[in-house]
Parts: sequence; C-alpha cells; structure tokens
Amino acid sequence: MAETKEITSAKDADLERWESDTLAPTLKQHPERKKSFESVSLEEVNRLYTPADVADVNFADDIGFPGEFPYTRGIHPTGYRGKLWTMRQFAGFSTPEETNARFKYLLQEGQTGLSVAYDLPTLMGYDADSPLSEGEVGKCGVAVSSLADMEVLFEGIPLEQVTVSQTINAPASVLLAMYLVVAEKQGADWKKISGTLQNDILKEYIAQKEWIYPIRPAMKLVVDTFEFCTNEVPRYNPVSVSGYHIREAGATAIQELAFTLRDGLEYVEWGLKAGLDIDQFVPRISFFFNAHNDFFEEVAKYRAARRIWAREMRERFGSTNERTLKLRFHTQTAGVSLTVQQPLNNIVRVAIQALAGVLGGTQSLHTDAYDEALALPTDRAALIALRTQQIIAEETGVANTIDPLGGSYFVESLTEKMEERTREYFNKIDAMGGMVAAIEKGFPQREIQDSAYQYQKAVERGDQVIVGVNKFEMEDEPAQVPILVIDDSVRNHQIERLQKARDQRDPGAVANALEKLKVAAKNDENTMPATIEAVRAYASLGEICSALRDVYGVYEEPVF
Amino acid sequence: MAKYVRHCVTFTVFTKNQSSELSMESRKIRVLVAKPGLDGHDRGAKVIARALRDAGMEVIYTGLRQTPEMIAAAALQEDVDAVGVSILSGAHNTLCPRIVELLRQQGMDDCLVLLGGIVPQEDVAKLKAEGIAEVFLPGTSTEDIVKFLRENVKPRN
Repeated sequence: MAETKEITSAKDADLERWESDTLAPTLKQHPERKKSFESVSLEEVNRLYTPADVADVNFADDIGFPGEFPYTRGIHPTGYRGKLWTMRQFAGFSTPEETNARFKYLLQEGQTGLSVAYDLPTLMGYDADSPLSEGEVGKCGVAVSSLADMEVLFEGIPLEQVTVSQTINAPASVLLAMYLVVAEKQGADWKKISGTLQNDILKEYIAQKEWIYPIRPAMKLVVDTFEFCTNEVPRYNPVSVSGYHIREAGATAIQELAFTLRDGLEYVEWGLKAGLDIDQFVPRISFFFNAHNDFFEEVAKYRAARRIWAREMRERFGSTNERTLKLRFHTQTAGVSLTVQQPLNNIVRVAIQALAGVLGGTQSLHTDAYDEALALPTDRAALIALRTQQIIAEETGVANTIDPLGGSYFVESLTEKMEERTREYFNKIDAMGGMVAAIEKGFPQREIQDSAYQYQKAVERGDQVIVGVNKFEMEDEPAQVPILVIDDSVRNHQIERLQKARDQRDPGAVANALEKLKVAAKNDENTMPATIEAVRAYASLGEICSALRDVYGVYEEPVF
Repeated sequence: MAKYVRHCVTFTVFTKNQSSELSMESRKIRVLVAKPGLDGHDRGAKVIARALRDAGMEVIYTGLRQTPEMIAAAALQEDVDAVGVSILSGAHNTLCPRIVELLRQQGMDDCLVLLGGIVPQEDVAKLKAEGIAEVFLPGTSTEDIVKFLRENVKPRN
C-alpha cells in the first residue's frame, strides 16, 4: 500500500513537471481548440490520463483476466479468438411473407442469428383489424396477429438450429407462446431451442413507452416467463434487459448503464420473491446496450457493466455461480445518431460505434443501416450494415486479442468512473424502494428527459457537433437515397389471414382457453400454460391481451 | 364528440425578461404538442414542448396515443394557435390529414398543424398539399421551430 502511494506521488511530480516545462509553453503559444472537452454524455474529458488516474485501480481485483471475476476483460477466456460475436441484424417489416424472405436473405449472406422487429400494433397487443391499428400495420416491423402469421414468419427456418431474438415487451408472453408452438409444429425440442425474448417491461415505462398493463401485473407476467422457461425452455433467455431504448430516449452513457443494471437487479429481486432459484434463472438474463458515438465512453460502459453485475450478484445476492455472475449482452448501434442529412455518412458512424461494441466484448451485434433516419432499411442498406460487421471481424485484426483497450489509463479510469456513478444511482433508487417504486415516482423518466434537453441545447449551441447537421452542411445535397415504402395494402392482407384463422378455428376452444387465462391471472397462477393453450387454439394476440386487460386494467402514464 | 384528453398539462413560464416582452404582445402563442398513433417515442415531443415553453409560449402536451379526434377536441378546448404533431412510426400519411380535416371542420381554419418525425422526403409535399403547414425532419433546431411559429401564427386580439 505504502509503495503504491509512493509510486503515485512520483507520478504526480512527473506530471507537474511536464505541465510546467512542456505543456505550459505550448499552451501559451497555441491555446487549445476549446476551453473544456466533453463527451457525448456531456462529461468533461481530461487532457491526459496517467498512472495517477488509475492509482485506485487494482489489477487483480478490478481488472483481472478474461473469464474470471469480475469479468472486466470479458466473460470468455478466449475472447473472440474462440468464437466471434453473433451477427444479429434486427429485421422486420410489412407482412410475415416479406420478413421471412428478408430473414432467408440475411442468413444466406452470412448472418448468424435472427432478430425480429414487430410492428406497433403487435407491440401494443392489438390485432391488424383493430381501428387503432390503422396506418400502422407492418410499418415499423412485421405484423403478427395470430399463430397463423407466426407460422409464415418462420416457414423454412429451423428453430432448433437458428437462435431468434424477439423484440417484444408488453405482450411478450403471448409472442413467446406463439414461437414455442411454431417450434413444436416444426418438431423442435423446447429443451434444445435457444433465443431471446426482449420482455423488458421496466424500460418501457422508463423510456420506450410501449406498455399495456399497469407496472406491477406487467412484472408478474415477466416473472411467469422466467419460471416457465427455467423449467420448460432452459436454453432460452426470457429477458434482455435493455439500455438501448433508455439511451435513445436521451439518457447519458452513465444513466443508460445505471438504469439498465438496476432494472436487472429488480428482475432478480422479483424472481427471488416468486421463489425461483437465483442460479437457475439469472444465468439466462441477458442485456442489451446501445453503441453511441463517443468511442471510449462506450467501451468503458461495457467493461463497467460486466464488473458491476458480477459484484452485485456476489455482494447483493450472495451468488458464487459463475454463470450467474457473467453478464452477457447484445449491442446495437445508436439509431438516434443517424442523420437524414448526407445519409451515407451514417455508414461511417455505424462502423465506429460497432467497433466500440466489439472492443467492449459484446456477445452479439446489430449494425444500423444508413437509411434508418428516413425509413426502414432497404435490402442494399441492410447488406452494407452486415458487411460492416464482417469487415470489423475479418479485416481489422481487433478480434485477434482480448480486451485490447484494457490497461489504457483513460479507459480504466473511465471504467471506474462509470462504476462509481452507477453506484450513486443505485443508492438513490434503492432508497426509493427499488426500480418499480422509482418509476412510479417518475425518477428515471425525469432524469432522461433532462439529459435529452441538455443534449439538444448543446447541439444547438454547436458544442456537440453533428457532421452534416450543424457543421459541414451542404446546400445542395446529393439526391436522396432510395427508401423502403410499406404499402397500406399490408393491413388488408393481414386482416384477411386473421379472418381466415378465425373462420377455421374452434370457437369453443378459444373461449375456454381465454377463460382459463383470466382465471390464472386472477388467481396469481403462472399464465404461460393458459397462454400457450389460447395460442394453439388460434386466439389472436388482441383477444389474449384483451383478456388480460380485463383482469389487470391498463397503464396510464402520470405526467412528469 | 371525442373524449377530451386526460393527460393535458399546461406549461407556462414567466421570466422577468419574457414577461416584459410579453406585455407588448396581445396574447402568448398557444401550442398543443401531440403524439397520435401507437408510437411511444416521445423524446422529440418532450424536447419541443420544453423548448417552446422556454421561448415563452404556452404549451399543452397531450400525452401518448391520442386519436386525431382527441387531438382536435383538445385543440378546440385549449384554443391553440398551432398543433405540433410528432410521429416516428410511419403512420403520418393516415393521421396528419385527418387531424387537419377535423380542425377545419370545427372552424379552426387558422390553426397551424406542424409535423416532426421520421418522414420520407416524398411524403413532405403531399402532406403540405393536404394542409400541414410545415414538416420538420430529424436534425431540425428547436430555434427554427420557434421562429416558424412566431412568423406564421396569425395574431389574435
């Protein structure tokens, strides 16, 4: 300890000497470009980082080795030398037929996993024929109203071999049921299938706002899927705790990290309260982070995430199971950073953001297409996004060694700061009674709104530069890129299939299954078996969600 | 008549400078910021609401998932000069013309309808022809929106 202090003070003396002898004369002659330098999260960044900045960091305890506690350097002992990250492009638009064709195209081009984007009616638990769905069917994802749509969506895609991630939250248990029934019809063994359900309802109340039921019953539905999957679909990840949307809503990197991990802790607490065994269900909790423009801030965020999670699992919950301690995460590049102006510039942004995800040790990655500030991606734009990952993986050499930025004074110091500031948020949220209580008070929502506004102001002052938007603008922009247009006829197509399914099903079986579901919900039993029965009987998504709305009511957002 | 929105909040801010400036104006500009359709992405709507409020306007935010009928009813009840609509889901061609139509039906001929969000260039001209006063695409400065409102809202006594 004493020795460490001596080293530190020696370094401080060295730094002072450099500042007066070398730096000061230069500053006098050539002042810096700005008074202070800030990250995308508006955090001040120092001129230089030295051993003094990492004096408190202990190599063995805080950094360590890959595959060992606290996993700062990654969860695999071989990094990407053993297996590259999964290239998992989020896709979904229009009809299930069209999305099925896009899935097959992406798999043929070397993509290694699938990720489904659903349209807004599906996300909100409405059928294509609901009046509220008008104008929205198939627009920002694929439209799925019943098992009949799901069968088409995965036609010819073997679900025992391909892992599928589903971005669905409020009605997640229903879409999981549809997925499992399709898998079963293909002859797949539930014990063997793997994949991920986003199912992170907390971040919906915090950020993305695609909710249906009030928060507490919604949490109960999430816990039902934990319990069901633990027993019946043991290789499936029933939740992907998502910072992505929190960041897109305007959070800083630290807020993204803190709120997401605290959401994760909340799920663990609720699972434990329901009587689940921590080491059976927590290893299947996965995470999902954003990759924004500020390269080092992002890398530090991922490294800190792993370290904090491992420590929390050990210290807060007393787990020593390696699989419980390891945080696995998916990354998506920041949609919010894409610009309409000079859209091809987005290819460069995406490449750099993706590189941050890789250097942060992500398990899977989605790279945004350059045209996504305009519309859903065209085939061409989606292909370039996939090729970006393939170039990073195969050409740049960054996957050759593990955690190449580990040991950087800047990155280690930033990783530590991320952890400290996250713990400050944990303390505040714990004092409020946990994340559900904090959300009910509007705490994370207000923090994010404030950050979004501060960022907008910084952009308008020119403190945050966005190339092509507030600097290097072009009067005569090159012609717009071609975009994908979703025709309004998609809705009719979807309504037809829904009607056909309704005509062919056994109405008695549907009514019976929906009644069973209501009883399960009222009696606080696990709702998954009844949901699966309803799905098998071709009850529609809207019908199943209505049954649960009858029992639970709907969420009304308080005004902040 | 559509049910009046439950979530309305009026933001009003009086700072010293603004109130002296305001005393010279006959009436503060009143804007309804609305989120129609199923889309829950409200970052933009909330940033705009706050920026307009900070610019001295009276802002009423509808909250999420309002139908065109609910928005028109709120616009009438709140007697606003403009309705700012935020849509990122691609449903703008269905929802915006209907909002304009409903406003006109209830005699709000001068009420401006502004749209912000993810809107393909091809749709902009079409929307303007259907009565949308302006479409603001990603990257727009809030100052430009304030300026547009100040220049285009018809003065009332």
